[in-house]
Amino acid sequence: MTLQQILFLIFSAITLIAALMVVTRRNLCHAALFMVLSFFGVAGLYVLLEAPFLAGVQVFIYVGGISTLIIFAIVLTRDVVDPTLPPHNRQWIAGALVMALLCSVLIWTVLGYQWTTTTPGQVPADSIARLGTILVDPEGFLLPFEVTSVLLFAVLIGAITIARER
Amino acid sequence: MVYGIPLEWYLIVAAALFCIGGYGVLARRSAVATLMGVELMLNAININLVAFWRYLEPPGTTGQAFALFVYAVAAAEAAVGLALIIAVWRTHNTVVLKDLDMLQG
Repeated sequence: MTLQQILFLIFSAITLIAALMVVTRRNLCHAALFMVLSFFGVAGLYVLLEAPFLAGVQVFIYVGGISTLIIFAIVLTRDVVDPTLPPHNRQWIAGALVMALLCSVLIWTVLGYQWTTTTPGQVPADSIARLGTILVDPEGFLLPFEVTSVLLFAVLIGAITIARER
Repeated sequence: MVYGIPLEWYLIVAAALFCIGGYGVLARRSAVATLMGVELMLNAININLVAFWRYLEPPGTTGQAFALFVYAVAAAEAAVGLALIIAVWRTHNTVVLKDLDMLQG
């Protein structure tokens, strides 16, 4: 077993076990911290996939941004959920069954399909520069990029308007 | 295979992460916990996109660009979702999804 395979197994185990903790912990603060751990595991998988820029973005946006937002929401809405109640609702068994079924169907499909058997080539050394170029290239992703900018702007205003004290 | 890791391994991890997040969405009582489940599901999608990029078209950039757009939409979704949760908490003093049935006839 190569070092990369061992690293892959470690990162996947961190991601999946932390994700299981996120959906089962009673204490929401613990769940949020396990979510951060899960995001770190995913960033490790990106490093193994030779996408260092995305690994950095993962740490910045998810670990830095979204986790902070969620922890703020937990702190602001604390004490309103009765801690003696179970963390899950009445349909949790049905939900677990449906998701286990979906997971087995997905894995069965993945294993049944003949993926390309040729060894993929190397990632070019300037892949981050290429990514930056294609994002602002009119032949590439300029229009989605600009639409995303408008979306983020609208969200900025919308979030302030919705959450504002009236 | 890249470094002896088959593509299927990444796809299986992503499928498992997606289903764990889906369970969180379906089964948690608190709206904040549901939102955390959605974030896990979006992470699973991104693992798939990056893995397909690495294994099927490493000289291209489409997979990574798609993953970046997913990041932007995930950030937008988290911001609006948490603003809604805070607004609901302010008016109804609860974030338990079962109690939020005002729109039911």
